[in-house]
Amino acid sequence: MMHWLSMGGYWPFVWPSYLLTLGVVVLNIFLARRSLREARSDARRRLQMQRSGS
Amino acid sequence: MAWTWFHKFGSPPHFYRLAGKLTPWFAWPALLLSLAGLYGGLVSAPMDYQQGEGYRIIYVHVPAAVLSTMAYATMAAAAGVGLIWRMNVAYAVAASCAAIGASFTVVALVTGSLWGRPMWGTYWEWDPRLTSELVLLFLYLGYMGLRAAIEDTARADRASAVLALVGVINLPIIHYSVDWWNSLHQGHTLLKMGKASMPASMLVPLLLMMAGFTLFFAAILLVRARGEVLRRERGTRWVGEVVGEAT
Repeated sequence: MMHWLSMGGYWPFVWPSYLLTLGVVVLNIFLARRSLREARSDARRRLQMQRSGS
Repeated sequence: MAWTWFHKFGSPPHFYRLAGKLTPWFAWPALLLSLAGLYGGLVSAPMDYQQGEGYRIIYVHVPAAVLSTMAYATMAAAAGVGLIWRMNVAYAVAASCAAIGASFTVVALVTGSLWGRPMWGTYWEWDPRLTSELVLLFLYLGYMGLRAAIEDTARADRASAVLALVGVINLPIIHYSVDWWNSLHQGHTLLKMGKASMPASMLVPLLLMMAGFTLFFAAILLVRARGEVLRRERGTRWVGEVVGEAT
């Protein structure tokens, strides 16, 4: 296991590469879902304003 | 008649519903392919005889680099469709590509840099491949900056579409830079002289990761584009029905 983790001595380059990629993947999922959620809330608010204004 | 699907795809409510149905069909295969690719790349693929275990960065670097250019090509194509047919959905798709593409361009640059340190002895070199990939990041940032600077959405769509289309010239430069100039960067990863550049045990995990990243891009793009379409169409009747508040 330690042998695998050490990546033949290249661990300071290999693991940060994988961690960064994982971080960007997770960030993309989070931001995309948040963007859709906010767009839905905005649309709902706008509709409520229209209804209360009419 | 043959164009009916095209016009239907350009209809915001149709696109919103279709994109919602398609997203899991891209997301779950993306996860499965990436997990299989990760296992193959980190565990089962043999060590490289020249680069040792350090070459395993390839399994995130190449898929990220491919995604970075694929996202730009998608963005430019959608922007072009928006410009020609004045299709709001196409502009929404184009606008949704930029942040995804920019983030994976950063991944490609940083992982390339981390790979370059032990192999080339430097984190950065003003090499044609590296420089053109950096220009790609600036193109994404310019596109997003331009959109943010123009308040009127229709004007922002048109101006950013022109920028996206002009920037397409950078894509063949990125791809062929390793052929056109003497480059520190290694040659084409998948094919060399029409033959696979690595054995199947190394190549298959890479192809799995590339397929996984491609499907991941599609899934994230659909989620972002749905939000973008909703924002542009808020106040319309169909959006009211979608958010469950319609009277």
